[in-house]
Amino acid sequence: MAKGTIFIDTERCKGCTLCALNCPQRVIVMAADQLNRKGYRPAQLIDPEARCTGCAVCALVCPDVCITVYREARPCKEAIHEPRAS
Amino acid sequence: MTDWLLEATTTHMETVYCMPQSLSAQPTHYCPGCTHGVAHRLLAEALDELNMRERAILVAPVGCAVFAYQYFEVDGCEAPHGRAPAMATGLKRVQPDKIVITYQGDGDLASIGAGEILHAAARNEPITVIFINNAIYGMTGGQMAPTTLTGQRTTSSPFGREGEPLRMSELLAVLPQTAYIVRRSLHTPAHIRKAKKAILTALKVQQAGLGFSMVELLSSCPTNWGLTPPEALEWIEKHMLPVFPVGDYKVSEAVKEL
Repeated sequence: MAKGTIFIDTERCKGCTLCALNCPQRVIVMAADQLNRKGYRPAQLIDPEARCTGCAVCALVCPDVCITVYREARPCKEAIHEPRAS
Repeated sequence: MTDWLLEATTTHMETVYCMPQSLSAQPTHYCPGCTHGVAHRLLAEALDELNMRERAILVAPVGCAVFAYQYFEVDGCEAPHGRAPAMATGLKRVQPDKIVITYQGDGDLASIGAGEILHAAARNEPITVIFINNAIYGMTGGQMAPTTLTGQRTTSSPFGREGEPLRMSELLAVLPQTAYIVRRSLHTPAHIRKAKKAILTALKVQQAGLGFSMVELLSSCPTNWGLTPPEALEWIEKHMLPVFPVGDYKVSEAVKEL
C-alpha cells in the first residue's frame, strides 16, 4: 500500500475535528496539550506505525485548507518495448 | 518546514494535495467546521483546473461570504445585498470573454435577491451562480431564512418555523431557457467530490456560452444551529436532504454534450 504523510498548518486549523473523524486510518487526533494562536486545539498526525496512505480524504473535508498531502511516488514502469524505429 | 518533511518532499514523495493557487493564503473568518471553506476550496480548485484564474471575476454577496473576494486570488467585487446576479449581468455583458461567478448564500439569493436571481435566470444570463444553502441567516445571528425547514427553531422563529421552505433549484429549473441547475451537498467526502464535478460542469457551461448555470450546495452552520461541526453534518443528512434532495434539476441538451 502506498505510504503517505500529511502536513497540517496548525495556525490555520480551527479544531473542527472533521479530518480526524473522516480519516480512514484514524491517524489524525486533536492535540490535547497544545493550543494555536487563535486558541483552538489543532489537528495532529500521530502515525508511529506509518499507517497514513496519503488518501487525501482529510484534505477533502478540511474547511480551512490546512492540510497538504504527500504520497510515496509510484516506481516508474520500465519500458518493455524497444523504441520503434522511425 | 520540518526536516522530515523537506526530506519527504525532495526524495521520494509526491504532493497529492496542496492549497489551490486561486485561493489566497489569508485564513478565513468562518466558524470552525463551516462548510463555506469547503465550497471556497472547490471553486478555487475548479478555477485552477480549467485555467480560468486570470479571467474570472467573482461577485461577492452580503452574508458570511461577504469577504469572499479576499479569500480568492481572482478579480472580484462586492454587490449590494442580493444584487450579485444583477452586477454579474452587467460585468458579463461588458466583458463577455470573462468568467463571471456569483457566490451567494440563502439569505442573499433566496430572500432579498429573489427577484434578481429569478430574472437573471429568466434572461438566461451566461453567468455561474454558486448558491450556499444552510437554512438560516448565518452572519446576522441565526434568523429564519426563506430556506429554513418547517419546524426549525431559529432566533426569529423560537417556536419552530411555520410554512414550507423555498426550494430555489426546483423553482429556477422550471424556466425553460436555463442551462444547468443542480443541487449538491457538502456533508461527506463522496458528496464533496460530486459537488466539485458539478462546479466544474457549471464553469464549462459558461465557458461554452450555453447560458445560466447554478450549483446549490447544502452547507452547515454549526454555530447558529447550536451543534458541533460533526453533528451539523449529520443534521444535513437527517433533516436537510429529505427536504432538499440532491440531484440534477436542469441539464439542457447542449450541456449533456459537453
